[in-house]
Amino acid sequence: MAQPLLCVRGLVKHFPVKKGLLQRTVGQVHAVDGISFDIAEGETLGLVGESGCGKSTAGKTILKLIDPTAGEIRIRGERIDALTRREMRAYRRQLQVVFQDPYSSLNPRLKVRDIIGEPLVNYAVSTGRELDQRVTELAIKVGLSAEALDRFPHEFSGGQRQRIGIARALALHPSLIICDEPVSALDVSVQAQVINLLGDLQREFGLSYLFVAHDLAVVEHISHRIAVMYLGKIVEIADKQALFTRPQHPYTEALLSAVPVPDPEASRKRIILRGDVPSPVTPPPGCRFHTRCPYAFDRCSKEEPEMREVVRGHHVACHLREAQTGANETATLPA
Amino acid sequence: MTIAPTDVALPAAPRAQGRVWTYVRRHPTIAIGGTLLGLMVLMAIFAPYLGTVDPQALSPVRRLRWPSAQYWFGTDMLGRDVYSRTIYGARVSLTVGLSVALCSTVLGLAIGLVTGFSRAADAIVMRVMDGLMSIPGVLIAIALMALTRASMENVIFAITVAQVPRDTRLVRGVVLTLRELPFVEAALASGTGFFRILWRHILPNTLPPLLVQATFTAASAMIVEATLSFLGAGTPPNIPSWGNIMAEGRSLFQVAYYIVLFPGAFLSITVLAINLLGDGLRDALDPRLARRM
Repeated sequence: MAQPLLCVRGLVKHFPVKKGLLQRTVGQVHAVDGISFDIAEGETLGLVGESGCGKSTAGKTILKLIDPTAGEIRIRGERIDALTRREMRAYRRQLQVVFQDPYSSLNPRLKVRDIIGEPLVNYAVSTGRELDQRVTELAIKVGLSAEALDRFPHEFSGGQRQRIGIARALALHPSLIICDEPVSALDVSVQAQVINLLGDLQREFGLSYLFVAHDLAVVEHISHRIAVMYLGKIVEIADKQALFTRPQHPYTEALLSAVPVPDPEASRKRIILRGDVPSPVTPPPGCRFHTRCPYAFDRCSKEEPEMREVVRGHHVACHLREAQTGANETATLPA
Repeated sequence: MTIAPTDVALPAAPRAQGRVWTYVRRHPTIAIGGTLLGLMVLMAIFAPYLGTVDPQALSPVRRLRWPSAQYWFGTDMLGRDVYSRTIYGARVSLTVGLSVALCSTVLGLAIGLVTGFSRAADAIVMRVMDGLMSIPGVLIAIALMALTRASMENVIFAITVAQVPRDTRLVRGVVLTLRELPFVEAALASGTGFFRILWRHILPNTLPPLLVQATFTAASAMIVEATLSFLGAGTPPNIPSWGNIMAEGRSLFQVAYYIVLFPGAFLSITVLAINLLGDGLRDALDPRLARRM
C-alpha cells in the first residue's frame, strides 16, 4: 500500500483538572488515550462514538488547534505533532476543518467574501481581481450564488452557512478536511444536501475526510472505513460494509442496534446498554467498556485488550475476539 | 459536477436611506437619548452665545434673586447668574464624562486583551483589578484627589482609575469567550497569524459590548464628578461645574432651592440621555436580536 496521507499513532490528549487557589493539578481528563489510524488519499474515515468520547478532541489535536500530550501525527510521512505554531503554518494548507455549529464557526462581523478569502490572503495565494475571481469560483462550487458574497453570515440559513464554511476549507486546496460533525446541527433534508456536496467535492478534488459524527446513518453514507471510539480509545476499525454487517465489538453492536430502521414491521433485537459512560477522569481499568458490556468476564476488568486484526482490514480491541484471530468471516457475538 | 440548490432565496437588501429611518423607529431609545445628549453637547459648545453672562461675575447687590425674566434661573448668594453657571457647567460634566469614558475604554481594552490572552498577566493584573473594584469608585477618586492638586485633568485621571477595572473585566470576559469560538479556531486552522486574528476576529466582536459599557461609564463618571465637586474634592471652585454649583447652593437650600434644582435637573437629564442611549445600543447590538431582524 502506498504511504497514507494521514498517519496517527498512539495519539494521547489529557487535559489537567485543576483545583483550588493555587490551581494544583488534581487529575487528568483522558480525552483521547492512545488512538492509531491511517487515512489514505481520497479516503473518508468516519469516526463515531457518543458525546464526550473524545472524537472531536482527536480532530482538533490532529489539526494542532490543541497540542497532543503524546503520540505521532504524520502528514505524508512528515511528523507534525511536535511542530510549533510557526512551523505548523506550512502544513495548515494541507489540513483544513469544517465545524459543527454553522453559527459560531463564521465571524458575524465579516462579509462572506472576506470569510472565504481569508485563507487565500493568509498564504498570499492570490490578490486583487484574481482573489475576487477565486472566491467567486469557490462560492459557486459549493452552491452559493455570487451575490451571496457581499452579505453577512446572519443573512443565511444553517445549510448555507455550512456551505460557506466548506468553501473556506476548500480555498487552499487541502488534501484532508477534518469534518467535526458538519451536519449534526442541520435539518435532515439539508443534511443530505451537505453530505452530497462533500461527496461531490471529494470526487472532484480527490479529498480525504476525517468525518467525526455520532450519527451512524450519516457516517455510513459518506465513509469508506469507520472507526468506533469509546472513552478515548478506538475499539473497532473496519471497512464500512464489514462494520455494519459483522460488528466485532459489543459496543459497536449496541450502537448499530440503536440506528433507526425505516420499516415499522421490522423486528430486531435492541441492545440497551445499562449505566452511564464512566468518567474520563478515572477511566475503568482493563477494557474501558467492561462496566457496561453484556458479555464482560473476569479478564475484561483486569487486562486491557489489544487492538488486533480479526479479519483482513478489520481491527478490534476485545478479549472475546482473541481466540478467533484468523480469517473467521462468520464470527458472531455469543448470545 | 452536480451542485444541490441553495436552501432559500435571499431577500433584497434595503436601501441605505430607508435603513436609517427604520433604525430610528426600531430603536426609539437611541433616538431620544442621542438627541438629548446631542443638545447638551451643543449647549456646552455654544454656551457663550446662549444669552449667558460671565458665570464668575460677582454682583452682591443682586444676590439671591428668584428666577425671573432677567435671571432665568435666579442668582446665587454672591449674585452670580445661575443660568450662565449651569450652561457653562455642562462643559465640565460632559468633558469629564466623555474623557473618562474614552480613557477607561481604551485602557480597559488594552489591559483586557492582554489578560485575556496571557495567563501569567491575567493572574497578577486581575487580582489588582479585584482589589480596586472592592473599594467604591468615589472613595478611590477622593483618595487620589487628596494626593494631587484640584484640576479637571486630575479629576478625569482619578475617575478613570476607578472605572478601568470594570472595562477590563468586560473585555477579558469577552475575549475569553471569543478565543474558544469555532470561527477563531477556523482562522487559526487556515493559517491566520495571531495579530491578524486579534485585529479581524477578536477586536470587532469586543467593541459592541464595550461601546455600551462606555455609555454607562460616561454617565457614572458625571455623577462621580458631581459628587467630588459637591464634596469639595473635585473641580476647583473657580470653574463652575454642576457639582460645585449644587455644593454652594446646599447651605441655602431652604431659602433658594432653585440654585440646587437647575444644575441637578441638567445632570439628571444628561445621565438619563446617556443611559437611554446605552440601553438602546445594547439592544441594537445584541447579535441574538440582530439575527431576528
